[in-house]
This record gives sequence, C-alpha cells and structure tokens, in this order.
Amino acid sequence: MKHKRSLLALPYVGWMALFVVAPIVMVVVYAFTTAGFEPTASNFTGMGTYVSIFARSFQLALIATVICLLIGYPISYVMAKEGPGFQRVATVLIMLPMWVNFLLRTYSWMAILENNGLLNQLFDAIGLFDLINGLFGTDLTYFRMIRTQGAVVLGMVYNYLPFMILPIYSVILKLDRSLLEAAQDLGANSAYVFRRVIFPLSLPGVLSGVTMVFVPSVSTFAISRLLGGGTHMMLGDLIEQQFLGGAYNPHLGSAIALVMMLIVIVCMWVMNRFGQGEEQAVVL
Amino acid sequence: MKKRTALALACTLSASLALSACSVERVDGTSSPDANASSSAASDGQRVLNVCSWGEYIDETLIDEFEAQTGIQVNYQEAPSNEELYSRLQTGGANFDVVVPSDYMISQLIEEDMLQPLDYSKIPNFEKIADRFKNLPYDPENLYTVPYTWGTLGIIYNTTMVDEPITSWSALFDDTAAGNTLLIDNSRDAFGIALMYLGYSVNTTDEAQIREAYELLANAWDRGVYQGKVMDEIFQIMEGGNAAVATYYAGDYLSMLENNEDLAYVIPEEGSNWFVDAMCILKDAQNVDEAHEWINFMASTDANLRNMDFIWYASPNEEALEMYPEWYEETYGEPLDLELYEIMAAPQEVLDRCEAYLVLPQDIRTLYNDLWIQLGT
Amino acid sequence: MKKQRRVGSRLFMALVFLFLYAPILLMVVFSFNAGNSNAVWQGFSLRWYEALFQDRSIMGSVYTTLLVSLLATLVATVAGTFAAVGLYSMRRRRRNALLAVNNIPMTNADIVTGVSLCLLFVAVFGFWNQFAANYRFTLNLFGTVYRITFPQLSLGFGTMLIAHITFNIPYVILSVGPKLRQMDGNLVDAARDLGCTWMGAFFKVILPEIKPGIISGALIAFTMSVDDFVISYFTAGTSVSTLAMEIYGMARRRISPEINAISTLLFVVVLALLAFHNIRESRAQRAAARRTY
Repeated sequence: MKHKRSLLALPYVGWMALFVVAPIVMVVVYAFTTAGFEPTASNFTGMGTYVSIFARSFQLALIATVICLLIGYPISYVMAKEGPGFQRVATVLIMLPMWVNFLLRTYSWMAILENNGLLNQLFDAIGLFDLINGLFGTDLTYFRMIRTQGAVVLGMVYNYLPFMILPIYSVILKLDRSLLEAAQDLGANSAYVFRRVIFPLSLPGVLSGVTMVFVPSVSTFAISRLLGGGTHMMLGDLIEQQFLGGAYNPHLGSAIALVMMLIVIVCMWVMNRFGQGEEQAVVL
Repeated sequence: MKKRTALALACTLSASLALSACSVERVDGTSSPDANASSSAASDGQRVLNVCSWGEYIDETLIDEFEAQTGIQVNYQEAPSNEELYSRLQTGGANFDVVVPSDYMISQLIEEDMLQPLDYSKIPNFEKIADRFKNLPYDPENLYTVPYTWGTLGIIYNTTMVDEPITSWSALFDDTAAGNTLLIDNSRDAFGIALMYLGYSVNTTDEAQIREAYELLANAWDRGVYQGKVMDEIFQIMEGGNAAVATYYAGDYLSMLENNEDLAYVIPEEGSNWFVDAMCILKDAQNVDEAHEWINFMASTDANLRNMDFIWYASPNEEALEMYPEWYEETYGEPLDLELYEIMAAPQEVLDRCEAYLVLPQDIRTLYNDLWIQLGT
Repeated sequence: MKKQRRVGSRLFMALVFLFLYAPILLMVVFSFNAGNSNAVWQGFSLRWYEALFQDRSIMGSVYTTLLVSLLATLVATVAGTFAAVGLYSMRRRRRNALLAVNNIPMTNADIVTGVSLCLLFVAVFGFWNQFAANYRFTLNLFGTVYRITFPQLSLGFGTMLIAHITFNIPYVILSVGPKLRQMDGNLVDAARDLGCTWMGAFFKVILPEIKPGIISGALIAFTMSVDDFVISYFTAGTSVSTLAMEIYGMARRRISPEINAISTLLFVVVLALLAFHNIRESRAQRAAARRTY
C-alpha cells in the first residue's frame, strides 16, 4: 500500500526528467558541438582567454560571501537570542525587501552611488571633501563609487544578505538549549561555549547560507551590468553575451556555463566535506 | 465522488485547452485551402503586429494612432543594440514581424536569409523616400527595406568638464577626460572609432589593422580612461553630468541637450560613421499584411515629421525633411535652431567625410566578438 | 555591561536594516517626485501614480508577473505536495536519489537553469514547427471533413510558466517534506483500517497534518516567482515581459518614476498583508495561551 502511494511522485519524476535533466543534457550537447552540431572540444580548449573572467567572478563572489557571513552571522545570533515578538518582526523585515524586485533595488543603488549621487551629495554637504582637500591638498569633488568592482560587491551583499541570515538564524534557533546549559554548568565561559558548541552546531546553516550567497553572486549578470557599468565583466555577463547579448555563440556559452557549474559543484562538495557531511539545513 | 467529477472536469478542460490551440477548419471543397487558412487566422479575433526597435526611437502617440486607424494591436518591443537583436533572432525566442536594424546588420540578415522581400505595392509611401536613401549597398536593389531614420555617430562631451573643444577621436584614447569617458557598448562602433582614429577604413578586413585598433582600445582601457561600456545608459550618465566624454548618435545627443545644455556634439576631423536604420519584415513573420501597413504608416510624411520632432533623428522622407523647420515653427511658435537641424540632418559635405558600415565576413565578425570580449577581461 | 552589549547589538541591527531599506525608502520617496529624476528632489506630486495607470506596458508587465506567479505557485503547490507524499513513501535510497535531482534547480545558478531551459524549448520547438508546417491531418466526423493544423510554437508565456513551475516545485517539496517525516505513519493505516478510502485518508489525515508546510511552501514559491528575473529573461522570449524584465530593459536607459510608483504600491500591499497576518497570528496565540491557563 505504501508503494501505491509512492506512485503519486511519478508525474513529478516525469516532469523532472523533462525539465530538469533534459535541459542539462542539452547544455552538455551544445557545449561539445560546433554551430553545425559537429562534435568538438574547441569550446573548452579556447576558454583560456576567459581565465581572468573566471578568476574575477570567483574572487568577487568570495568577497561578497565573506562579507555576508561577517554581517549575517552576528545578526542571526543576536536575533535568535531575542524574544519571539522581536524575532517575528525581524524575520519579516529581512524577507520584506524581496518583494520589491531586486533590479529596482539595485537601480536605487545606482542613484545613491553615482558621481553626483545622493551619497556624494551627502559627503559634500557635511564638508567631507573640503576636509580631505584641506588635509591632503587634493581637489576631490566626489568619490568614484559607481562602475567599480566595489559597487558590484556591494550589490551582491545587498541582494543576497537575507539568504545568509535566514538559514543561519533558523539553525541557531533550533539549537538544543540544554546542550548550552550543560556546557555552562560544566564551567565553560560564554566565548568557549560559542566556539565549541554553538558555532559547530550552526555550521549546517552557515554552509547553506554560503551556498545561497555564493552561487547567485558568481553567476550574476544584472548586478555587474548595472553597478559595474560593463567594465568588469563577470561569468554571468559572459554567458548572457553568448545567448542574448552581443556575441551570439550558444555553444561557447553552454561550455562556459558547464565549467562554471562544475567548479561550483566541486566547491560545494569540498565545503560539505568540511561540514562532516551534515544533512543540509532546510532553507528559510 | 465530487472529487472524481472535479478531476474529470479538470481533465476535459485541459484537453480542450490544448486542442483549442490547434486550428480546426471545415473543408467544404468550395474555397481554396489558402483562403480558408487566412480567413481563419483573421477571424481568430484581434489583428496583432510585433515590432522591435531601439529605445526612445518612436513618438509613442504614433502607435496609438496606428492602432486607432487600423484596429491592429501593436506589440512594441525594444532591443539594446544590433548585435543583441541578432542574438535574439537567432536564439529563436523572438516572434517579431518588423525590425529596424542598421545598414550593416541588414546585409547580414539578408545574407543569412532571415528577411522577406517587401511588397512595395502595399507601401505607396515608399515613393516619398529621398532617392539618396534608396538602393544603398546594404540592399542594392531595394527589395527588403524601407529606411526609417539616418544619422551620424559623433563625440558628445560636457563643455564644463573638458578644457578645450574636442575635435578628434583622440579624446577617447588619451587623457582628455581619463576616468570620465564612456565607451560605446557595441563592438562595431567601438572598433569603428578606433579604426577611424588610426586612419583605416571602418570596413577593413585586414586582421593586423583590427588588432591594432584593439591594442589602442585595450591600452586606453588598462590606463583607466573608460568609466564603463554603455549604450542607452548614456542618457542618464551624460545628462546628470556624471561623465565628460562619450560617443553616441546625433539624434540622441539632441535629446540629451534638452536636459543638459552644457553638452556639445562634434563629428571629429578624422571623419565618422553615418548610418541608415531601415524597417524590414522577418522571413518567419506571422503578420505580414499588418507589417506592410505599419511600414507604410511609418513612412508617411506626417509620421516622419512627428517622429523626427520626438526622437531627433533625421528622416529619409524627402518632404518631411524639407518641411521640418517650417513645421517646427508652426507647432512651437519659434524658429528651429538651424545649427541643431544640421546636427540632426548632416549636410552632404559632412556626410562626405563619413563612411557607412558594410557587413563584414564571418571570420572578421568572429574576430570582432572575441576581441570585444577580451577587452572586458 | 550586559545592557551595553545589548545596546551595541541593537545598534548593529539597526544599521543593517538601514542598509537593507535605504534603497527602498529612496524608491518610495522619489515615486512622489515632481521631476523625473531619481536623485534630485523637485517637489511633491502624484503625477507618476496617475501616469502609471495609463501606461500599457507597465500595467501589462505587472499583470503578467502576477499571473505567472499565481499560476506557477498554484500548480507547483499541488504538484509538489503530491510529489512529496509520493517521495516520502518511497524507500530511503531511491528517495534520496530523487531528492538530489530535485535539489538541482535550487542549487544551480539561475542563469544555468534559464539557459538550459531556453535551449531545450528552442530545440523542441524547432522540431515541432517543422513538423507542424509539413503535416496536417483530416478528420472525418459525421460526414463533415475537418482539417486540423498544428500551431507554430515559440517562447512565450507558456514556456515561462513551465520554467517557473520547475523552479518552484523543489521549494514546496522541501517545506512539505519535514512535516511528512514528523507525521506518524500509523495514522494513515488507522484511517484505512477504519474504512477510509485511499483518497479519503489523504484528504482527511495527511493533508491537515502537512498544511503548515504546504502554506509556507506556497509562500516561498510565490516570493521566488515574483522576485525572479534571470529565468524569465531566458524563457519568456519577446512577446511577454514581467515587471523585472521591463525594469531591466529600462534600467539600461532610464527608469521611469512610474516604476517607483508601482513598486511602492506593491510594497505597501505586501506590507499590509504581512502586518495583518502577523497581528492576527499573535492574537490567536495570545487567545490560545489564555485558554490553556
């Protein structure tokens, strides 16, 4: 009878085969063929020129992930210690921005970071530039923020921070209080408890948060396009260029996407190894 | 039991939905199958038309007027650049009927058999197009296109941010406005600018010359001359005084001028590119009749006048082009600044200094693409 | 000392929330701007709200966004719930293998999901359109002959909907799964022993148990659909566009403040719904607490 119930999953298994597995097979097929669908490996061998794009994407995504972790962990920790009313409001406040489309929020950042933007206007109003110019004899009238790599990292941190906070928070929240009390009873001070008990136990949340920030960061094209001004091409831009952008070549695009996917999978696998194969924390 | 009924209902519903997508016609032998097919398409209800053009490239009241006149619903879309339009057509996601690519891209589309010949008997307004815009190299026998606009490429700069007037393309490569320069984000124009500065033809197929142009761009890039690669973002950046020097099209300069008086436009002494954007119908267009109606409507003198006034790109319609200063005075009660008119509709002696893009062979296009992406690394 | 630390941590949180909300605040403020700038205040005005309702393409894109999100959520919730029930009655090893595939759309980069679906659709449609153009069949029904022509297919709303359903189902399964694991398996057997039909047991026993999981799964699915840009961008073709696609197209030129206006409206609606939901929930909790004491 239990087996009869498992038949309920059958339609979805079919759906997955059609729309999850088959598309990935298509990517593989495209990656290993030429425009005339002759088998080739040239899409991969010619990828050497893009090494710097790979390096930059992974570097920026890594920086963004680390910053998210540095901000997100303490926030989650603090939140988990507050009362339930506060927690409820805080969770809602963290999720709420996601209902304003991320492109629009990113676009708002453009207005803030522009050379004549709000932030520079603010600096000007408080006399920051006069101060710096007076001190160092420069003639600054603005800080160059938009269309830099820093702006791209800021965009990533801004957009993906909630994805770091929520999983960590939900794991810390579920920690067994008695474990902490036991540790304290055994004479551990709070720093020690954190280092030896809380942090290791919250690792699954950290891992899933890292995944949820790193993967979209490494593959973004909208954020680098809007805040980076197209100067610092990233993997997402490169792939988009091959499909809908100015350099039509879906075969090369597929190859790049495939390599990116593999690198990400390897990274995740290595990381999960460090996490002692803990079952992945449930997201959100 | 109720649930089973509901399930059955859902099944029939979805099945009928799937079937309704197929067109089913009765065959009664009297009418020819072709007539039958087209009538069923028309009786399908609303006539529609899918147009793809560039950003800020039409006076939108013209769309409303066309819809009111013909009852055709226009689905108007925009693409950022010729190259991206091409990708969208290739990817197969596009279902456009009418597109408005530039000259060199039209040649490429014709070469790849992606356009269909027009039925000029349905486009009486084609007559009004000035002869100098007919039978151009991109469509030598004029079988596929009706010109939409024409113009020049030039340097737009903010007079308060540079020390002296700019006269040469060198401003985009030296330190005139290092860190405050915008590079145009399409390979053809960007390489074109570098080639013109080096004194080569924009249509060169000499790989060494193209690589030299690349070195020039890459060198400026590495020195941090460019703030970014942009297309239509330029409006906002230049209008807000957030960059000093950029390359863009004359018509767009005039739009920007309305919002920032400090901007100036120059066609450099080395010469520049002049272009024609023309309306064409794609080979696999589904609404061919509607597409012809649209093209004819957009080629009319009235539409050209209003469009010219709105987007500031010169019209190829002889009548409209000549009438425009007069029409402007009548409409706005003040004379048109002729200097602006000459920027919009460059006089022949300026055009003589300019070169049109021709389609490049496939291997050179690939080289352009590869080098262009390398520039970002 | 403890109090000081508490003030410090509150301050830190306030800063993070400022960071999260500054752009949104800016958006709300400039939706009331008289000018069309996003950085220079030119006086208060409601003109963008008025203009918004006249703007066909923006309203159309909002409609498309809501429609695709609602439909995708609906289908994904139903399909995902059934799939989860099925998966969790499988043997462990097979279930884990299937769950691994289920995780692919969630862990894969959006751009890879979008691009791969786009390639699949285009390839399938290529074959189909060739077939449809060359074959049509006739049907003889009660003496009348009908000719059936197959339609030409291209990317559009349908493909975008499929894509949304595909990336939504995993979230539903992921939030229903744990509830199923917590459920006492004997409950179903008991219901069956008492004469419940198989379907009856599902609706009367299983469904009420996993309802919270279904609701939260549906909520996540809806959020993901509304916030999505990349996957729609690659699978919607050119005939329809969601609000996100509209914004992306505009952001490369200049975003009309009408977009600020519509986003402000949507934001306020969500805010109101959430506030309403939270107040009701906390009231219910308090009432429940009172009843127990």
